[in-house]
Amino acid sequence: MSDGHDTDQDHDHEHPKHELSYYAKRIYAIRDLLLEKGVITDKDIQCQIEYQEARSPANGARLVARAWVDPAFKSRLIGNPKAACAEMGIDATSINEFVVLENTEKVHHMVVCTLCSCYPRPILGRPPDWYKSLNYRQRAVNDPRGVMREFGLVLPDDVEVRIHDSTADIRYLVLPIRPKGTEGLSEIDLAKLVSRDSLIGVMDALSAVPPS
Amino acid sequence: MSSEAVRFKPGDRVTVKFEDRPGHIRTPWYVRGKTGWIESVHGDFLNPESLAFGRDGLPKRTLYLVAFNQSDVWGKSAGSKDKVLVDIYEHWLTPA
Repeated sequence: MSDGHDTDQDHDHEHPKHELSYYAKRIYAIRDLLLEKGVITDKDIQCQIEYQEARSPANGARLVARAWVDPAFKSRLIGNPKAACAEMGIDATSINEFVVLENTEKVHHMVVCTLCSCYPRPILGRPPDWYKSLNYRQRAVNDPRGVMREFGLVLPDDVEVRIHDSTADIRYLVLPIRPKGTEGLSEIDLAKLVSRDSLIGVMDALSAVPPS
Repeated sequence: MSSEAVRFKPGDRVTVKFEDRPGHIRTPWYVRGKTGWIESVHGDFLNPESLAFGRDGLPKRTLYLVAFNQSDVWGKSAGSKDKVLVDIYEHWLTPA
């Protein structure tokens, strides 16, 4: 079916021009069957792509920045993360259980899924490729300090590292420490300090707003 | 299987069963046979080892957050205070 499919342009969506992998061919075949049978429409697919793209680490950054400036919100974010998300207009309802892990001067959390790539997608969007790599999944549990060092984070020995392996229905988000010297920043600027990697826990939040 | 299930509370020491069998398993290899303690109780969830095969996931299984000293899992070279925390279903745990 390799070429027969691509030359048969009796439908109006685009197919990639380059040679497709086995799995790509399979998924396009399944998509075309679903369209042909009327199970879904092109519009459904486009809406879903837009929905997936709209979920991004910016959501996590907004949650953290609000928690930094509003202690009451921080308590709610830790006590009932899904409700706190709803307050911020972030839809976390598709997560079965959502847990926020607060970093402190004494405890640093980091998240991995050693079995596959479980990730709080409604909050952070799609995981980065390295998060899904065997290398990260093995070393995050075996040598977390070594992994963090490669991201540029060197923790003092007296900080307790807690690696969460999300093997089941729980999705974890790290609440990084608010960097020192950021007292004068607005909530909007604080959110710019909250990188995706700091929400996974392989890094701390940035100490200065990156140039845009 | 549920008849032999034991309920645990935070602080209880538990050992992960050292089992291997075909099928869908959510208990990572590196903690099988290792001893840690119950950090917290997440609640009852449909059993993914059943759901993965299109079955109903019943009876629900209690899911625990189980903490292990890194040094107990990987040996003495691991950071002394560092911990690995894994979500583990009740039927994989035995009292230690």
